[in-house]
Amino acid sequence: MTPVDRSRLPIPGPDRPFRFPRIARRRLPNGLELRAVTHRAVPVISIVLLVPGGASADPHDRHGLVSITSGLLDEGSRGQSALEMADRVARIGGDLDLEVGSDAVVVSLTTLDRFAETGLALVQEIVSAPNLTADDFNRIRNLRLERLRQMKDHAGAMAERAFARALYDTHPYGHLGMGTTASLTATTVDETRLLHAALFAPAGATLVVVGDRPAEELLDLAASAFGDWRAASSTMTIDRAAALAPPPARSQTKLGVVSRPGAAQSELRIGHVCASRATPDYHALLMLNSILGGQFVSRVNLNLREAKGYTYGVRTGFDLRRGMGPFVLQTSVGTDVTVPAIREALNEIRDIASTRPATDEELAMGFATVSKGYPRGFETATQVARSVAQLALHGLPDSYFEDFIPRLAQVTRDEVSRVATRYLDLDRMTTLVVGDLDKIVASLLDLGLGPHQVLTPEI
Amino acid sequence: MQIPYTKRTLSNGLDVIVHEDHQLPMVAVNLWYHVGSKNERPGRTGFAHLFEHLMFEGSEHHNHGYFPPMQRAGGLINGSTSTDRTNYWEVVPTGSLELALWMESDRMGYLLPALTDDKFTNQRDVVLNERRQNYENRPYGLAGMALSAAMFAPDHPYHWPTIGAPADLLAATLDDVHAFFRTYYHPANASLVLAGDLETDRGFDLAEQFFGDLKPGPVPDLVRADAALSASATLVLEDRVELPRLYLAWHSPAMFADDDAELDVIADVLAHGKTSRLYKLLVYERRIATDVSAYQQSREMGGMFQMSCTAAAGVSLAELEAAIRTAVAQVATGGPTPAEMARALAQTEAQFLYRLQTVGGFGGKSDQLNAYNTYLGDPGYFDRDRQRYLNLTAAAAAAAARRWLQDAPSVSLSVVPKGRRDLALAAAHEVHVS
Repeated sequence: MTPVDRSRLPIPGPDRPFRFPRIARRRLPNGLELRAVTHRAVPVISIVLLVPGGASADPHDRHGLVSITSGLLDEGSRGQSALEMADRVARIGGDLDLEVGSDAVVVSLTTLDRFAETGLALVQEIVSAPNLTADDFNRIRNLRLERLRQMKDHAGAMAERAFARALYDTHPYGHLGMGTTASLTATTVDETRLLHAALFAPAGATLVVVGDRPAEELLDLAASAFGDWRAASSTMTIDRAAALAPPPARSQTKLGVVSRPGAAQSELRIGHVCASRATPDYHALLMLNSILGGQFVSRVNLNLREAKGYTYGVRTGFDLRRGMGPFVLQTSVGTDVTVPAIREALNEIRDIASTRPATDEELAMGFATVSKGYPRGFETATQVARSVAQLALHGLPDSYFEDFIPRLAQVTRDEVSRVATRYLDLDRMTTLVVGDLDKIVASLLDLGLGPHQVLTPEI
Repeated sequence: MQIPYTKRTLSNGLDVIVHEDHQLPMVAVNLWYHVGSKNERPGRTGFAHLFEHLMFEGSEHHNHGYFPPMQRAGGLINGSTSTDRTNYWEVVPTGSLELALWMESDRMGYLLPALTDDKFTNQRDVVLNERRQNYENRPYGLAGMALSAAMFAPDHPYHWPTIGAPADLLAATLDDVHAFFRTYYHPANASLVLAGDLETDRGFDLAEQFFGDLKPGPVPDLVRADAALSASATLVLEDRVELPRLYLAWHSPAMFADDDAELDVIADVLAHGKTSRLYKLLVYERRIATDVSAYQQSREMGGMFQMSCTAAAGVSLAELEAAIRTAVAQVATGGPTPAEMARALAQTEAQFLYRLQTVGGFGGKSDQLNAYNTYLGDPGYFDRDRQRYLNLTAAAAAAAARRWLQDAPSVSLSVVPKGRRDLALAAAHEVHVS
């Protein structure tokens, strides 16, 4: 056997081809869009129902209504109790998840292939016929109020809350899904019934089924389980377009601080309102993010973690949504290095949009990272189902997965520089610190961001 | 149900296990070293984990970070340290398998020449920040450390947390790194799994090519230490929290030992999901708790059965403790009901199947093969593991609950808001964790 040549790293061989999921589709007479993908791996079926209108569809005086209503879906239906429902899910080894995002509610259930019919019927039942009783509502609301109390102790949760508010103010993206103590206290069970009837309707929703069967068969199963789903009438109207309205052009907060006496670290958020998922610059922004802070090997992480040791990790992201989503850099750093860490982070954001644009080498690295790792996102049935649901949410074509890498390959260095300049604006950047104010207050002025504002996020 | 594999041991003692799965054009490389924080000594706690960080900072023939080449190849790379083992893994496109093996073998054979004081100091700072982020600055984040410290004597290796004490991390030296590497980081103390889009023969050829000429060291002795509580203890820890929470802990069987699976089922019956006895009683019906959990944390030298329960506003921890102990006594006496057994069985069957869905990463098939091989010497234990659960009876589960929980001493820990020791269980002894 030839000894290993340790004078240089082996050159990677050619990529083997990968077939991205082929999506079969059907539209039911009730308006529900069906998608199915055959995934031959393990006899598991993944069912994902996407209902557009997430936390951003909350009425302006009832923040948290979409989330608590969605949370009540698996607390009993068709007259059966929450415990009976939980028992039915457990008996099919089901993994049920109710998730409220900014733009959509996603109900997902993964179960064994042989329970496909039962699983589909369960999902249909919980979205179409939840009990929504006053007793269950009070129980769940109390649990949520207790959770809100606990969030006060959680630096990350406080940062998310304060940052959304600082960037978006009263825009529908300015609050978190959980709502606040005041809004939840004001909410009534009748309102959950009205919202349920208005939001959970087949027209506009998309059901994705992925499993180890022919796609047509999966579509047939979905059709027979969901064909009878009828929209209920409601006096409440859901404003799904509210999130598409332009957010404030500029945050009122340049440097905000949430006081957390004795905190062991400072939790940081830096960013601004940025772009919607529909931007034609989406692929260029992915490349920019990969280079700036979207990967372990990225400018901010190599600087703040690997060179300076300020943090366990730092990352950036373009959280693009149906409306204008934010650019965010997030990390937690040692209290004593709060100011230098913020300065380095801001410098990196400024430099990539000005004096140190992305290099050819960084571009090649970013492309390889994102493109060669792409098939990994299609390993499990649940991953595939969730990816297909995202296409539906953003109105992307079925060919999106196949087109992704060729499109990414077209992104040039100039394009990355152009989007860096266009989408990252240091003048509009909001910096938020959740930390021990007494220990850092004296040095905050050194940042040159002007006097800080003490923020008290509403819980 | 199985994870098909082939195993061979190289002449230097390295176990090599290959599993084929051609669904994706990806290969998982997964390497376990049989060393964890249990191999540390008092005064140098946290060292095994700090060492793991250094493994990503370069080796003699690639004296740069380990992340860039992997990322350039479109691969993932990571690692983790527990009390019992340290694992390292890559998931790479098929064409980059040799790259991953080159790098894993270089740091197994040639780490020390690349080590510098600067790297060491930098990663120590990163780890101190990891500790602040994941333990110190997190509500209830120090409770686990307080429990372990109370359950195990100061010289027992499970007494201290894997993340270590800050003073110990600051006291660690480069000499410590050298000694640790020579003792634990060599082929005879390691197990390599290649899983995914590769042919079995090629997997063994490549393993021999890259790892075959690395020098073995002596296989370290297994750490053995007994642990027992002579009497129950009641503790209180003040933390930056809003709601008091009660933790209860008992010594329990080691992983894969008799009663280990039985206590898993007991944990499910008591507190897993809405249908569990304590969720139903405390959260759903009486509404005196906001959450309740139970799990059998089984480790190599012995386990710990842990429960926790957060009080709803205004509810005393004593009331929660009484309810929990009653529920434990009831399941120990009567055992799980037939409905509970059926539910546990259905969930177990599904969980084992779900575990077959991913090839690489934490908990993927490659990681599972290595766990079975490292702890039992049998990568094929997957189905026997499953049978442990399918074959167990309600009577055996009840007996395990009697033996390990009902009739045994325990540690109770109240975590209360700062300045509110009055909310703890009566006569609680105050503990400090830093």
